[in-house]
Amino acid sequence: MVNVSRSVALISLFLLPLLSFSFSVDNPTDRRVLVLLDDLSLKSSHSIFFNTLKSRGFDLDFKLAEDSKLALQRYGQYLYDGLIIFAPSTERFGGSLDSKSIADFVDSGRDLILSADTSASDLIRGIANECGVDFDEDSTAMVIDHSSFSVSDVDGDHTLIAADDLVKSDVILGKTKIEAPVLFRGVAHSLNPTNNLVLKVLSASPSAYSANPSSKLTSPPQLTGSAISLVSVMQARNNARVVISGSLQLFSDRLFRSGVQKAGSPNNYEKSGNEQFVTELGKWVFHERGHLKAGSLVHHRVGETDEPAIYRIKDDLEFSVEILEWSGKSWEPYVADDVQVQFYMMSPYVLKTLSTDKKGLFRTSFKVPDVYGVFQFKVEYEKLGYTTLSLSKQIPVRPYRHNEYERFIPTAYPYYGACFTTMAGFFVFSFVYLYHK
Amino acid sequence: MAALESPPPGTPSAMRHAFGNVLSVLILVLIGVLAFSIRLFSVIKYESVIHEFDPYFNYRVTQFLSKNGIYEFWNWFDDRTWYPLGRVIGGTVYPGLTLTAGTIWWVVNSLNIPLSVETVCVFTAPVFSAFASWATYFLTKEVKGSGAGLAAAALLAMVPSYISRSVAGSYDNEAVAIFALIFTFYLYIKTLNTGSLFYATLNAIAYFYMVCSWGGYTFIINLIPMHVLLCIVTGRYSPRLYIAYAPLVVLGTLLAALVPVVGFNAVLTSEHFASFLVFIIIHVVALVYYIKGLLSPKMFKVAVTLVVSVGLVVCVIAVGILVALVASSPTGGWSGRSLSLLDPTYASKYIPIIASVSEHQPPTWPSYFMDINVLAFLVPAGIIACFSPLSDASSFVVLYIVMSVYFSGVMVRLMLVLAPAACIMSGIALSQAFDVFTASIKYHLSGSSNSTNDAEDNNSTNNAPKDDASASKADKSEETAKERPSKKGKKKEREHVVDKPSVKSKTVKKALVLPLEASIVALLLLIMLGAFYVIHCVWAAAEAYSAPSIVLTSQSRDGLHVFDDFRESYAWLSHNTDVDDKVASWWDYGYQTTAMANRTVIVDNNTWNNTHIATVGTAMSSPEKAAWEIFNSLDVKYVLVVFGGLIGYPSDDINKFLWMVRIGGGVFPHIKEADYLRDGQYRIDSEATPTMLNSLMYKLSYYRFVETDGKGFDRVRRTEIGKKHFKLTHFEEVFTSHHWMVRLYKLKPQKNRIRGKAKKLKSKTSSGSSSKSAKKNPWI
Repeated sequence: MVNVSRSVALISLFLLPLLSFSFSVDNPTDRRVLVLLDDLSLKSSHSIFFNTLKSRGFDLDFKLAEDSKLALQRYGQYLYDGLIIFAPSTERFGGSLDSKSIADFVDSGRDLILSADTSASDLIRGIANECGVDFDEDSTAMVIDHSSFSVSDVDGDHTLIAADDLVKSDVILGKTKIEAPVLFRGVAHSLNPTNNLVLKVLSASPSAYSANPSSKLTSPPQLTGSAISLVSVMQARNNARVVISGSLQLFSDRLFRSGVQKAGSPNNYEKSGNEQFVTELGKWVFHERGHLKAGSLVHHRVGETDEPAIYRIKDDLEFSVEILEWSGKSWEPYVADDVQVQFYMMSPYVLKTLSTDKKGLFRTSFKVPDVYGVFQFKVEYEKLGYTTLSLSKQIPVRPYRHNEYERFIPTAYPYYGACFTTMAGFFVFSFVYLYHK
Repeated sequence: MAALESPPPGTPSAMRHAFGNVLSVLILVLIGVLAFSIRLFSVIKYESVIHEFDPYFNYRVTQFLSKNGIYEFWNWFDDRTWYPLGRVIGGTVYPGLTLTAGTIWWVVNSLNIPLSVETVCVFTAPVFSAFASWATYFLTKEVKGSGAGLAAAALLAMVPSYISRSVAGSYDNEAVAIFALIFTFYLYIKTLNTGSLFYATLNAIAYFYMVCSWGGYTFIINLIPMHVLLCIVTGRYSPRLYIAYAPLVVLGTLLAALVPVVGFNAVLTSEHFASFLVFIIIHVVALVYYIKGLLSPKMFKVAVTLVVSVGLVVCVIAVGILVALVASSPTGGWSGRSLSLLDPTYASKYIPIIASVSEHQPPTWPSYFMDINVLAFLVPAGIIACFSPLSDASSFVVLYIVMSVYFSGVMVRLMLVLAPAACIMSGIALSQAFDVFTASIKYHLSGSSNSTNDAEDNNSTNNAPKDDASASKADKSEETAKERPSKKGKKKEREHVVDKPSVKSKTVKKALVLPLEASIVALLLLIMLGAFYVIHCVWAAAEAYSAPSIVLTSQSRDGLHVFDDFRESYAWLSHNTDVDDKVASWWDYGYQTTAMANRTVIVDNNTWNNTHIATVGTAMSSPEKAAWEIFNSLDVKYVLVVFGGLIGYPSDDINKFLWMVRIGGGVFPHIKEADYLRDGQYRIDSEATPTMLNSLMYKLSYYRFVETDGKGFDRVRRTEIGKKHFKLTHFEEVFTSHHWMVRLYKLKPQKNRIRGKAKKLKSKTSSGSSSKSAKKNPWI
């Protein structure tokens, strides 16, 4: 037993430099990315997107989706930290890959970019569905918008959409505002509104609908208006991030470079918003941005430094937690004014907003409520785009000890007086009664 | 121990008395040894181990006490039970037992005898049952002399009802409380007989010990006032009665209020009101007697009418205020358990949690025979003996047996209170009968030169089934009884007693002589009766009441089977789970889990918070998803279920399940008992309701059960289960003990992702993955 653990320790020591390049708690940015294509020509047609990734230090591994040697794991270890699936028409992956293994890949905390397109295969739809995204069931349908299409759309069926309804989040889309509309041609999907893990990043305009552009509409379309999501992200509970796009062309060099003018709008942009949009989204999905890390929860009585094993009711305590944000290269202090701590026993008894010292340390102090029980310090930080912080630490709170109550209550002094005078009186009375002749 | 009655010195029979005393001491020692050793069957047959449920808690508390000292114990806030509420153990526990065992452990260890705390705990109950039988001796001696005392002590030493609660390992409050109860009664009678303030003070201290030990102290504080009232009503008021009662109420209440768990309840709850009421009455009566002594009869009459008219008004006002106060509290100031004693149907109507405990159920007739055996037949004879003549002491014992018979009829548990009373009564009956028979034989053998000698040392007699005369040498006993009182009391008594002996002493001696043959046969029959009793008691001690219930055995053709599943699974918990993990189970197993597995539990056998228990009951009776949510909100990691279907262990969770439903439904009305019953019948076979089959308890109990025999035949319910093949979505099985008696499940973590809707998609993708799902599910 000892030997085994020692050798494991040795091996891990040996592997440490190797491992440090991969995805880890301390270095959350993905490094090794597997790109699955259904056609190797995509490599050149989407080269800008891939090159920006490479230039940011990612190690892309291009494989055909049908490649029979595909494997995400070897010996129980994942070979990749991220996965890009640009294979909308693939019915079945080669090798050991299937929708379950991709779901497991996400469940292990790794990231995924999935792009469907018109006539996406059941496999791709299945993976999207695992992530809470429902593509239009009609496999021939596309998103059509007769009012906010791109004027450069030559076909005239208004399927090249200039979408500008972006989610307002600096974390997901970067600080620089995306001015130009994003060009999109592809399939619509919808999200379950009760699912709080998925989020529309790029929504269709209210006039959009999903139908087959080449055939006449016989019945009202199932998906319409802003219920249609064009690009969505999902952040799983373990903070794995997934981008799901209904359009593969969105990532293509052609749309990156093409100019855009939205129908009915006088603004003509030299370049579509696609490149900025996709790049920023790529930064987010591969944890270059919006990744928070919290140190342990520290608490102690006011005036002390050690953490007590138990608090007493009405104790004054100080609480602090360190929260850092990953900048892509290093951990920087996280600055926010909305981090809260709960002192929780079945419901929060104390809810306090923490103040930050701008160096990553969040602190507050409060009085333990007048209730005993087993409490928890809970920090549940769920902010749009950021990884979820969910920390808790159990701490019991005891009532007063029997000798911690005040010994004499001022208001009770008349009673004390009555007590003692009665005693004295009785003594005198007995003495008089017994010895008085 | 033996403060034996000293014989009148200088008489020729002094030698005989001395011999008798030595013999009595010897017999008492033997009785003590008997009481101790008859309770060791469990240790011999199984092992030296703590039994059942509550004793584990007491054991844990004693461990804490021996480790941390009394102050830490007093202030102990336990964060490992009733998560997340915690429990203030120091303030909610009756500390008597723990302190007793802790003291014994401390004394023994400071004498350099290295006993473990567990050993001390295991043997506390047998030691105290020896004490209890000695206390019985003293009590009965005060009532009817030392012969009856010895008989009663011997009977008590092996009465099955008491054995059931005090075998080695049964480390529960009752173990010491019964001793305290009898001893308090003894001191009360002693005070009553002597009028000594010394004994009155001791009595209050004994009462304090009783209050420390057991919630049953309310029995004392109600029974003694009743007896006092009875004495007053029957014109037996005497200063001795006053001395026996007034100090007890004042000192006893003050002392009782010192026990944290009682505190102000000692003056606030209705259980104690009777004592205060009688306290007032006895003062009024004392005053009346005093005034009566001062005034002439005529003046007295005037005074009485005056006082009564004024007093009535005051009383009505006082009672009015009291009633208003009491009525303003929802339960009328009574605790649930007390109310269910007064109204046996109360608990089943309003408090399922009390009704759910099997020991709170009314007993069945066979259980009387099982628990007190032949005493049931001897008790009436004892009662008759107590009435001839009726003294203060004997009236007390009669009252005691009457009350305890009632209470035992309400709750099986209170059989334990009945047992000492039955023993005392039977002891009296036996000894009286022996007196009569031996006296008759002696009379016949020694010819006509009779009476004087045997009359002297048999200080009582009579009784005898056929002898209805209140005659006999009973007057003799009356006299000895009256001689003991202090001088003050004696004077008063004289007035009452004087006229009695003169009337009675005439009829005496001849009436009680029975024919020789009849006496011998009756004697032999009595001895046989006693022999049967002994055989029954030994059988009960060896077979019926010695099972520790954490280890079960069963005898079958191929030998003895031992089921040690409980300890197996608690050991699993303690070795394979995190220290701070929370384990949910029905409350029965709470104490054991904290004591044996050292894991935090949600509810335990101290059922102080009905809502919390109802929450767990609701979770157990809900479908999987709802149950998961409830448990998750309580931070539960593991769920423990006891299942007896495989080996036929009847007290498993499925059999308790209806109570979970009732208790849960009592607080959360969406759980309805009717949903779990098919036509009013509780069943788990294919006829069971869907609610039942989908409840968490059903699923956790029968998950994979069909794998055992292919059919899923439940040996407790003697039927095939209704739903055999199912999978768990929110729980996963982590441990099932050897005989499937304990099953542990872990809550699955929340899904990492939430899936989309995809109605059609499923049918589409199923074509691709159906082969896989078929492989995963072994049932299809």
